[in-house]
Amino acid sequence: MTPNVVAPPVSGPAGGILSGLRRLLTSESLVLWLALAYAATLAPFTPGFVSASNGQALLAYALPILTASLGLTLVLILGGMDLSVTAVISLASVVGGRIMSAEEGWMAGSPLAVPAGVAAMLLVGAGVGAVNGWVVTACRVPAFIATLATLMLFSGLALWMTQSRKIGGLPPGFVLLGQRLWMATAITAGVAALAQAALSRTLYGQWVRAIGYNPRAARISGVPVHRVTFATYVACGLFAAVSSILFTAALETGNPEMARDNLLDVVGAVVIGGTSLYGGRGRILGTVFGVLFLSLVDNSLNLLGLTFYNITMIKGGVILGAALMDALRNRLLAAA
Amino acid sequence: MIGFRNITKRFFGVPVLRDVSFAVPPGHTVGLVGENGAGKSTLMNILGGNLQPDAGSMLLDGRPYAPRTPRDAARSGVAFIHQELNLFPNLSIAENVFVAGFPRRARWLPLLDRRRIHDRTRELLAQVELSRPPETPVEHLSAGERQLVEIAKALALDARLILLDEPTTSLTDVEKALLFGIMARLRSRGLSMIYISHSLGHVLRLCDSVAVMRDGTLVAHQSAAALDTDRIVSWMVGREIRQLYPGRGDRTTGAVALEARGLSQSGTVSDISFELRRGEILGIAGLMGSGRSELARILFGLDPCAAGEIRLDGEPIHGLPPRERIRRGLAFLTEDRRAEGLCLEASIADNLSLVSWPRFATGPLGLLRRRDAGAAVTGMREAVRLTTSARDTQPVKTLSGGNQQKVVLGKWLLNRPGVLLLDEPTRGIDVGAKQEVYRLIADLARQGTAILMISSELEELTGLCDRILVMRRGRIRDAMAAQEFDRERILRAALHDETAA
Repeated sequence: MTPNVVAPPVSGPAGGILSGLRRLLTSESLVLWLALAYAATLAPFTPGFVSASNGQALLAYALPILTASLGLTLVLILGGMDLSVTAVISLASVVGGRIMSAEEGWMAGSPLAVPAGVAAMLLVGAGVGAVNGWVVTACRVPAFIATLATLMLFSGLALWMTQSRKIGGLPPGFVLLGQRLWMATAITAGVAALAQAALSRTLYGQWVRAIGYNPRAARISGVPVHRVTFATYVACGLFAAVSSILFTAALETGNPEMARDNLLDVVGAVVIGGTSLYGGRGRILGTVFGVLFLSLVDNSLNLLGLTFYNITMIKGGVILGAALMDALRNRLLAAA
Repeated sequence: MIGFRNITKRFFGVPVLRDVSFAVPPGHTVGLVGENGAGKSTLMNILGGNLQPDAGSMLLDGRPYAPRTPRDAARSGVAFIHQELNLFPNLSIAENVFVAGFPRRARWLPLLDRRRIHDRTRELLAQVELSRPPETPVEHLSAGERQLVEIAKALALDARLILLDEPTTSLTDVEKALLFGIMARLRSRGLSMIYISHSLGHVLRLCDSVAVMRDGTLVAHQSAAALDTDRIVSWMVGREIRQLYPGRGDRTTGAVALEARGLSQSGTVSDISFELRRGEILGIAGLMGSGRSELARILFGLDPCAAGEIRLDGEPIHGLPPRERIRRGLAFLTEDRRAEGLCLEASIADNLSLVSWPRFATGPLGLLRRRDAGAAVTGMREAVRLTTSARDTQPVKTLSGGNQQKVVLGKWLLNRPGVLLLDEPTRGIDVGAKQEVYRLIADLARQGTAILMISSELEELTGLCDRILVMRRGRIRDAMAAQEFDRERILRAALHDETAA
């Protein structure tokens, strides 16, 4: 949906400022401008913020979060919710480690270990997504509760499988993915392009939006609501599995607590990016900007030496601010 | 009682109200009529404190009245009864009546005085002739009873001016009669009322005077005694509507398109059989709850059906989901266009193409041919005469009721249906839009579309249909062809039980 903004008649300098503010607030790339403004403001005070190595660190942090956020974006546009993304990330990480590890892997040393491990990780994502999709469509359980349950169920399973140990000794062919940043970047970019194309250029994308806007009207208009909903949860699980591959390769361990603290980053980034929790409205590019913004905040505050707890508090404030801004922006768009 | 003086309101420079002045004397009922978009709701929002006028003023009992919020309006004794009721279905009647301010046991105690609430509710319910215990949950009440609870709520506020906005849309004839009786009594007690309705017959019957709005101005305000419907309609549209119904003309009917045999589902319909031919408009009359809408939902595959057979173009379609029936040429315009017909936040273009997207998708990936879809949307906008002032990307919720209904109709027509099921196709839309919808329906039939039309407006059925079936309590009680149409006979068949009881 492209919002068309009718600016009120401009009269005098005050009107000019107001209408400029209005145009900025309703702009599609507002979050990008905010992120850049934030970076420009903090750069002079933050040692090592503007450097090649920090740029790489920022990217390494942002890529797996972005991949998971893209899947969640689809689910939110559908009018759903998926809290189980981090459970997919940790469970897939553990399963991948169990298969590939040279120390304790089932396929240790086999040349097929890496493809089999990757395939199994994707399968975990699709599987958890299918469970979510089934519970939501066939059993009509609200998505929030259904995925909260699977979040606990599968993150618990990951811990139990490993007795909360980390799995080391991942094969070099897999770890390479974490060492070469361009590979992770290419994968994330590919996945983002896929999500964008699916949303804007396919029948599936139109159906996802229609269901997000009004599931009853969509059903009566012949949209296969259950099939599309199920497929979207499976897709979200797959995106989370790709995210798990990036995380696991970067940290070189299969970790049952992988991404445990990132759930709110993922949800927050999507919301900051302007995707509506009520369904229908949302953009892939918005999510990219949202992840960029949150990653900049995280990265700069780390450099400034703040603790994890302080950073979490500040991120919470940023997400709240984004939600308030979105509400204001909706009012402006509705009035236009 | 209430006087409007030169009320003017603009939205972003576009005037929606221009110099509107009129007065409602005490104990008077004024009918406020006008096409959708004429400015009635803006004026009422100003009266109710939701909007502030850009210029002009209001007087309530001779004192300046300028409510900033709906709460201000309620405190001044102005009550609203909206088309979509503002009741909480999960709360009891008493709780709903006092929801704005519960009497307490003492000023300083946050405890509710349940007994006082119930006693007072019982009094108020007696005034509106509703014999239900105050603790009944509102969800157990019929649409008509809920309307009476709304009035009781207004009385609880000591309202002196009650505004009723289309209060009869979901009421049966019996309930309407009851409501009108109560309104007459409230009027004799000195209450003033403003009554907004598209049903001009009711307005003329109920109101002392009629105020007509068009394009944001008051075009007339005259005593109802001297007026008739044609006169009001011509003021509303600014021209004479000579013929509301397009006339049957030389329509010919073809092969059977839709056939029902012995459809039964416990609690809704029993033993329904009929044939609908190409080029035919078949009307279904009956009261709310007679099984009309349920029948349409069964035909479309939204609700299950225990027994019977449905054939579309000779092929059995029993058990197929709506999607499959749509692919075979069935279309269904539901009675609730906001909840079931439209994605209100989505654009006009996306709503129009919703049903036909699969036709604009290629290959296993379902890639969309947007240009083709866009061309189809443009064509359909013209075919249904959608307002030209709206952009394709504009959200549907910004359109008037009539234009919204044209979008729903266009959405189905874009899929070129062979059989069109219409449930209350003109509910809540203005006279001009109605006439256009009628013409569209007649044109479709002339081109061979088979049309099943459910309506509560007998005039609309007799004016448009080739045949009418009358339903009561889930069964077809009477059937008649155009030359035998007789409003009295239809009403008798629809009401039989009720009149006997």
